Amino acid sequence: MIDGYELVVGLEVHVELATATKLFSASANRFGDDPNTHIDPVTLGLPGALPVLNRQAVEFAMRIGLALNCTVQACTFHRKNYFYPDMPKAYQISQYDVPLNVDGWLELPGGKRIGIERAHLEEDTGKSTHIGGTGGRIHGSDYSLIDFNRAGVPLVEIVGRPDIATPDEAKQYVTELRQILVAIGASDAKMEEGSMRCDANVSVRKPGAPLGTRCEIKNVNSVRSLGRAIEYEARRQIALIEGGEKVRQETRHWDETDGRTHTLRTKEDADDYRYFLEPDLVPLAPEAVWIDAVRAALPMLPRERRARLSSATGAPADGEAVMVVVERGQDDYVLAVASAGADASRALVHVKEAYAEQGAVPSVPAADLARMIVLETSGKLTSTQAKIVLAEIMANGGGDAEKIAAAKGFEAMDTSALEAMVDEVIAAQADAWAKYCAGEEKAMGALVGAIMKASKGKADGKAVTALLQSKRG
Amino acid sequence: MTELSNAVDIANAVRNGSVSAVSVLDEYLARIDARESSIHAFNLVTREQARTMAAQVDADVKAGRDPGPLAGVPIALKDNMCTRGVPTTCSSRILEGWKPPYDATVVTRLAGAGAVFVGKTNLDEFAMGSSTENSAFGVTYNPHDTSRVSGGSSGGSAAAVAAGFAAASLGSDTGGSIRQPAALCGVVGVKPTYGTVSRYGLVAFASSLDQIGPFTVDVRDAAVLLEAMSGHDPLDSTSIPQPALSLQGSLDRDVKGLRIGRIIDLPGGSDPEVEARLAESFDALAAAGATIVDVELPSMKYGLTAYYLIAPAEASSNLARYDGVRYGLRVDAADTNSMYMATRAAGFGDEVKRRIMLGTYALSAGYYDAYYGKALKVRRLISDDFARAYQKADVILTPTSPIVAFPVGAKVDDPLSMYLCDVFTIPTNLAGHPAMSVPFGTGAHGLPVGVQVLAPTLGESVMFQVAAHLERVAPGGAK
Repeated sequence: MIDGYELVVGLEVHVELATATKLFSASANRFGDDPNTHIDPVTLGLPGALPVLNRQAVEFAMRIGLALNCTVQACTFHRKNYFYPDMPKAYQISQYDVPLNVDGWLELPGGKRIGIERAHLEEDTGKSTHIGGTGGRIHGSDYSLIDFNRAGVPLVEIVGRPDIATPDEAKQYVTELRQILVAIGASDAKMEEGSMRCDANVSVRKPGAPLGTRCEIKNVNSVRSLGRAIEYEARRQIALIEGGEKVRQETRHWDETDGRTHTLRTKEDADDYRYFLEPDLVPLAPEAVWIDAVRAALPMLPRERRARLSSATGAPADGEAVMVVVERGQDDYVLAVASAGADASRALVHVKEAYAEQGAVPSVPAADLARMIVLETSGKLTSTQAKIVLAEIMANGGGDAEKIAAAKGFEAMDTSALEAMVDEVIAAQADAWAKYCAGEEKAMGALVGAIMKASKGKADGKAVTALLQSKRG
Repeated sequence: MTELSNAVDIANAVRNGSVSAVSVLDEYLARIDARESSIHAFNLVTREQARTMAAQVDADVKAGRDPGPLAGVPIALKDNMCTRGVPTTCSSRILEGWKPPYDATVVTRLAGAGAVFVGKTNLDEFAMGSSTENSAFGVTYNPHDTSRVSGGSSGGSAAAVAAGFAAASLGSDTGGSIRQPAALCGVVGVKPTYGTVSRYGLVAFASSLDQIGPFTVDVRDAAVLLEAMSGHDPLDSTSIPQPALSLQGSLDRDVKGLRIGRIIDLPGGSDPEVEARLAESFDALAAAGATIVDVELPSMKYGLTAYYLIAPAEASSNLARYDGVRYGLRVDAADTNSMYMATRAAGFGDEVKRRIMLGTYALSAGYYDAYYGKALKVRRLISDDFARAYQKADVILTPTSPIVAFPVGAKVDDPLSMYLCDVFTIPTNLAGHPAMSVPFGTGAHGLPVGVQVLAPTLGESVMFQVAAHLERVAPGGAK
């Protein structure tokens, strides 16, 4: 809700599939090579060339559909006709009224479901670079260079329903979608490299009012920009309405540098794509056994992995630690540390804090981290000492925590020694103790600090706190 | 060797070493030299390539390798089939100078069977027309009367075979473009079942209707060529996944007991002589023991209208790529959009522009349902009509063309009367069925008449069985 208005946002996300070859030809699907090195008669739309559908692309598209809880169905391909220099056939082969995947949903980490209308297959265009003129636009440029390496790369367009109500939900949606795509191996989904591209349909309305006129925002190149662009666009539309004007249906371009959206084209200049059934392809009807096999082979999705890690550690599924560790793919590792005998919640904290630079398969053996955590939770290492020992283990790619602790002279104090020390400090700091007993929690800091100082850091903070609390009664 | 020797005889003679492919080629090239200037069957005679191919065939024979069932057979290719390194123009200025970097699948297959390619033949621009008068490079004249058209759009390929410039040729048939010129030029022309012959490398006119097929001097040659060309091609998604056709076994089979369909509501307007030849063809089959059965095709009369929406709609999309950027003609202009417009204005002829506009309109928002959508429904009705008719009949006979070859220029200013030339051939394309034209006597001015044999999907065997019989009993005697 912004200034008494509801936001209604639907996202259209294009993802490039991680296939070896293009959607309709045998040329390589590879980013970053020299221009026009992955081309052939089909890619260039040469007269007489014909498309042949890539089975791997269909399988990846089915994975996406199934991971988004869609129904996978028999479908057809259409031609979307329009002129553009980097589209060599002057039409894009896409899916129109009967797409491969329909009617699914994506669940945000907090549990809200965003509907998925469809996820269909289509081919990418080439890439134009406009030289001269201003702003890299074709108009006013001196000449243009075209790279057809990207032409014909398989795309899946995921059309979400307008169920998103805040810029933050939009960011969560794209982040979650990205994790799903990576998890199922369908795409590397990198917004910066353009293998994942997001357009946002934004409108505003007073609660209960009919849907407002929407604008489509293009050129959003990061999750952060997505949130900013939606926020800006919503405020722009609210200002128009509050000023007595109407929102015009149009396509708008997000400008990262000035943080605004600008008119790209109005509804009146919209192309008439003259869709018709692609006569060079036959209908695609994936057999039930194929669909079932793809479904069965799907890995555990991020949502399930977060739930699993949450129940193992007690940490909330949409809390930072669980989110971060699952995103890094280190949840299996945390569970392995736990099953090696360590406290799962401590394992989660250490991995989240210390493993940012590690991948899904960290260099430290799970058993080594587990041994260190056991020392820590049994009170043989203070949390400060634990961090030092872990740093050493990580630097060596593993190691015996007990030996490292011994070598460093870390020995935790036994309980009776600690209790004696606590009593001494209470006696020495009678004022602080009185305040603490009177309910001034701040006073505990001074007591703990003094005990830690007296123990030269060997005392365990948690044990000290527990002792103080029990002595207060 | 005499004029109009057939492909099978040539291949046999070359294979057994009794004649060389080079000497066969020389004979055909000599005929081209003598008469091509008055016919204009070719956009390009590929003399050097032909000599190289013929020499290779002879070398194979000499070395004891079998060059294949078309060994040394001089074959002409319609100039809308891609030939690696050899200009492929579609008889359009817009493709002038373009040399494809690849061969069409049919080209590869015929070359693999020992064929010798003599040249690229003239056509109506992008195969849009019925007289080969819409070519950017001039008219192809009928070898039987050079004041008359050869038919179209594969007029060059039909004329090349009729004039003895090639023992056989390939055409493409979208609405009758093989069968109608075959009838007008007095040769055999076959449009196979859609998906039987790969379209890979055939420059598209209307993709859901286009199909490649042969022109030959007799029915057996057509069977042999189709056997060599057909069979699944993984490069064409609409190619039927089945092996090559096997047809030669049907040729000598008795027609006794076959049910021959006569369309009782056949659209009228044919020449009386054409109707007479059709009646004689039914009589001849009945005399041989076939049964003539009446069938109804009530939606056939809407075929022409549906075709002139569907084919232009697809063409408007297929031809949008010719923009002067990557290949072919470019007319320079101040900016990119002006360049596109100047290039397309100069590169396309009137008939092509007419169909691009028709097709664009038919697909436009707000008109789609009334035009293209309705045409698709008619297409379905025609298929349903055929399905019912083929419950009663094994094949159906019609005239191929309602009229014999007409004088050059007679219909150029009246597109509708030109379109009517295809009234009997178009329904086959809409249904995706096979059909072929067989010479069957003569009509007005002693010009050739063709009878069309129609068959259901993959009914080529029975179609060839009937065609071979008609050929044997045709007025004027068997060849």
